[in-house]
Amino acid sequence: MNDVRADLKNLKIGVYVCHCGKNIADVVDVKRVADFASKLPGVEVAREYLHMCDDVGQEMISKDIMELGINRVVVAACSPKVHELTFRDTLRKAGLNPYLLEMANIREQCSWVHRSDPDRATEKAIDLVKMAVAKARWLIPLETKAVEVTRSALVIGGGIAGIQAALDVADNGYQVYLVEKGPSLGGRMGQWSKVFPTMDCAACILTPKMVSAAQHPKIKLLTNSELIEASGSLGNFKVKIRKRPRYVDEEKCTACGLCAQKCPVRIPNEVDFGMSSRKAIYITSPNAVPLAYSIDGENCLYLKRGICRVCERVCEAKAIDFDQKEEVLELRVGSIIVAIGYDPFDPTPLEEYGFGRYKDVVTGPMLERMTDPMGPTGGAILRPSTGKPPRKVAFIQCVGSRDARFNLYCSRVCCMYAIKDSLIIKEQNPESDVYIFYMDIRAFGKGYEEFYLRSQEAGVKFIRGKVSSIREDPRTHELVLRYEDTLLGTALEDSFDLVVLSVGQVPRADTDAISKILGIPRSADGFLMEAHPKLRPNDAVVDGIYLAGSAQYPKDIPDAVAQASGAAARALIPLSMGQVYVEPISPLIEEDRCGGCGVCVKLCPYGALKLEEREDKRVAKVDEVLCKGCGTCSAACPSGAVRSRMFTEEQILSMISSAAG
Amino acid sequence: MIENRKGDWFEPRILGFLCNWCSYAAADLAGMSRMEYPPNIRCVRVMCSGRVEPSFVLEALREGYDGVLIAGCHPPSDCHYQSGNLKARRRYYLLRKLLRELGINPDRVRLEWASASEGQRFAEIVKDFTERLRRLGPSPLKVKRVGAE
Amino acid sequence: MGRNRLNLAIGLGATCSGCDITIVDLAEYLPKVLSSVNIAFWPTAADLKLKDLEAMANGSIDLCLYHGAIVNEENAEMARLLRRKSKLMVAFGSCACFGGVPGLANLATKDSLLETVYGTPSTDNPKGLKPQGEALVGEYRMAVPKRLDAVLPLSGVVEVDYSIPGCPPQTSQVKDAFEAILSSDLPPRGSVIGPAKNLCDECPRKREGKSISKIVRAHETIADQERCLLDQGILCMGPATRAGCDAKCIKANMRCEGCMGPPDGVGDQGAKMLGAIASILGLEGEDKMSEEDVARLMDGIVDPVGLFYLFSLPSSILRRRLWEV
Repeated sequence: MNDVRADLKNLKIGVYVCHCGKNIADVVDVKRVADFASKLPGVEVAREYLHMCDDVGQEMISKDIMELGINRVVVAACSPKVHELTFRDTLRKAGLNPYLLEMANIREQCSWVHRSDPDRATEKAIDLVKMAVAKARWLIPLETKAVEVTRSALVIGGGIAGIQAALDVADNGYQVYLVEKGPSLGGRMGQWSKVFPTMDCAACILTPKMVSAAQHPKIKLLTNSELIEASGSLGNFKVKIRKRPRYVDEEKCTACGLCAQKCPVRIPNEVDFGMSSRKAIYITSPNAVPLAYSIDGENCLYLKRGICRVCERVCEAKAIDFDQKEEVLELRVGSIIVAIGYDPFDPTPLEEYGFGRYKDVVTGPMLERMTDPMGPTGGAILRPSTGKPPRKVAFIQCVGSRDARFNLYCSRVCCMYAIKDSLIIKEQNPESDVYIFYMDIRAFGKGYEEFYLRSQEAGVKFIRGKVSSIREDPRTHELVLRYEDTLLGTALEDSFDLVVLSVGQVPRADTDAISKILGIPRSADGFLMEAHPKLRPNDAVVDGIYLAGSAQYPKDIPDAVAQASGAAARALIPLSMGQVYVEPISPLIEEDRCGGCGVCVKLCPYGALKLEEREDKRVAKVDEVLCKGCGTCSAACPSGAVRSRMFTEEQILSMISSAAG
Repeated sequence: MIENRKGDWFEPRILGFLCNWCSYAAADLAGMSRMEYPPNIRCVRVMCSGRVEPSFVLEALREGYDGVLIAGCHPPSDCHYQSGNLKARRRYYLLRKLLRELGINPDRVRLEWASASEGQRFAEIVKDFTERLRRLGPSPLKVKRVGAE
Repeated sequence: MGRNRLNLAIGLGATCSGCDITIVDLAEYLPKVLSSVNIAFWPTAADLKLKDLEAMANGSIDLCLYHGAIVNEENAEMARLLRRKSKLMVAFGSCACFGGVPGLANLATKDSLLETVYGTPSTDNPKGLKPQGEALVGEYRMAVPKRLDAVLPLSGVVEVDYSIPGCPPQTSQVKDAFEAILSSDLPPRGSVIGPAKNLCDECPRKREGKSISKIVRAHETIADQERCLLDQGILCMGPATRAGCDAKCIKANMRCEGCMGPPDGVGDQGAKMLGAIASILGLEGEDKMSEEDVARLMDGIVDPVGLFYLFSLPSSILRRRLWEV
């Protein structure tokens, strides 16, 4: 019971006010804050310094702990989300329990938001320090618990980022479950033909990676599968994966394709963005991994209506298996890497461009499919309306990106893919005219500027200005673009026979679902949020979950691969440590106060609370493994028996009264 | 500068309870984005809005804060702990009824949702709440503390 | 008067005197008490006057059991006087401990209280007479004690050494208190004489993890005798109420109204219960509820103060109604 009662005697509080260079000190009078703090009851020493988080700052704190016997530390600096762990470590190294630290957030929640009123910002900083000191008086030493790690990882998404992350973790010797929603690996990269700025064939560099992942002894590939539930925490997650049936035995299928030839159901092929069709039994690409056909249960006549079974009759390998059932697999993993990728922006809402109305207005990804020898046109760039090569092509940049109506962000890949496609058009038909209408050309990557120059040399015309509208000449079916050339300062009109909308990347449609299942928030742009925009770009906000590829923000291939390796390296830390330290977040149940009313039991979303029978009495019991430490039970307990350890009632009440003015 | 009804200068004092995952992060983001809002609020970080006990709010009012903000993750399902925000919401509605019966304007207590990406929203909530409290005037508990007569 | 007898005073504030009955109810134990105490002051039972009390030396009373709330200046003055004369001051009964039922007067103004008592249609008062603060009756100036602005518990005017809650307290608590005092085996100053835990601890009913989808009011049903009342939707105050009454109401199939006040470690009984009820009410399908649904559900609790603070309003965090709205 002693561990919830703070020792209010023998308090020696040290207060350390950080300037954060000028970030805090330019607005808040840090000297006044420290002077004020030094007079608060229980405060032994208050100091201010340029950067509390640097070696000298930390040394200042540890010296006071060791020499002055400081036993509660208040650091008034940035958000605890930035440096709480840093300072806990300082305490630990100086021999003080790391939980005897409290931070006052005088940067993010004070100096940075009250710049125009330094006096009141200083008053607020003083109040925030008062509150932190008040809480510090009631801090209790707490123990972290070492927990064994499940030495395996889950990678969600079988695109290039997911493949790379899975390979890196598996190559380090740990089991990986690679979960892919579709029937094959490859993701978006698998849809592209050539990739900038090297113009390699994407399949040639991607296929070997897919094969390595599929054949890796430490990678268990789960296709047609998706995450449906997750619980647990860093080091020990429990996840549920729904694996939909393929209805084809992967081992037996020889991918001869006879089944698809005979299948009577024809539906639009999503790989080609609907520009071609596929059958109900299909393969996403001749390079698919696993190389096996798959039956689309939504469209198969037998599965829908109980008729047909043609594929089964023609399959010589006897690979068709309609008895396959949906499975739900329960896996335990120590780390989770989220690499769910992106969707191309759908330009339909930009009515001025007539996508969907005019056949010859296509998106960049659609054009991309045309350049693929396996694509709907066999690699030839053709006008959808006539099936003939275009003579004059316009690319419109930033469609849906850098546009306050849709997405404010830059999608980072569209400039380069438009340039790449313009070169392919020029290669296929040197006589054709290619125009790129742009706001800015962003050629920031390695070799990108050179690539841009190459296209200029090849005669691609770059026009700086936005296209305001497209209309189709009803007679010639030519597309008339109205645009402003900002360099000439005039509004112009010109006719083209193919228009390509360079659409950007948007969060995948299932991002929201994944974010909710894993409890990881999204940024304002809708992508999954990183723990810190600069210092922890690979980590999700929840410990033990990492982000790779365009799930976090639009990325090109090299960036996606680099981040995937980064995420893998982060995810490997708990796996190779073998143990993680769990924060003492679960509540303490004071048995001499609990009458066993049962109020806390059902409201816990994790089922961490139970009533335990004791002779004729009952007492609430908490399961520390299931508990996530929200404190809702503590707030609901009508008899004050369920006590939150890190946010105790006394701590909060004393914070309230300390700044009551 | 805004003056209240009586024409006196009045700066309301606001106590905020912010959940760690959404609204505290939103407040941090407001800082990182250098948005400005009135320095009238003092925030207490809790892990979840579900941790906020009605008695914390009552204590804050008794201590003379002019307003109390409770901010959490958007319902129904943004809550990092699945449903702590829903408990906070039910307590808030019942607490409002209690406050009304106790003759305190329930608008002195405000429940808001701000996700980790809504720094702007957080700044606007604080701005708006400060303005509203200015118009309401000082808390009746501030002027007159109840105790031995 | 025996030298080693305890000097006992039983003081009264705004009380219904039910607490006096508890002492009489000591029954077979009473002779033992009476043989070891000397009644120094007990207006209900003994003919002692104020001037007798005033004449006693300070600290000459060993134990004062004070029952009733502090409603007017006379109550306050009496409490202060008894405090001076007594070594141990015990808040006896819920009114002295928390303000009790008279404490609900803190929802009204002084004027509206008088209006209710003397002016409502149910009152036979054709001349509309109301008590005056002071009046000249012949040559005498008569004064009615002035009502305080708010009802207070005993601790609102004097320092209290121990509390014995209950409306009225249980005889067992009184016995325990006497035993403790007579044997000089006293708990730490400030303690409540009674169990630390909530009523559920001694409640015999079967119970489950709590989730209420619909509030059932006492008159709407005859409750199942076996099952927890809260589990049946009846808003029993037991979880936020101190045990010690042997669950008498519960055993009579009535909900606990909370007379024993909060258990150890709880300051504001009503706020705790409000938090608990709001957490479990509407738990099922909570994610499907709109703001309006939640508001409507909570509207089912018609009078939160009457429900949660029936006995403890004057010692709650906010103590009384204000008049902002």
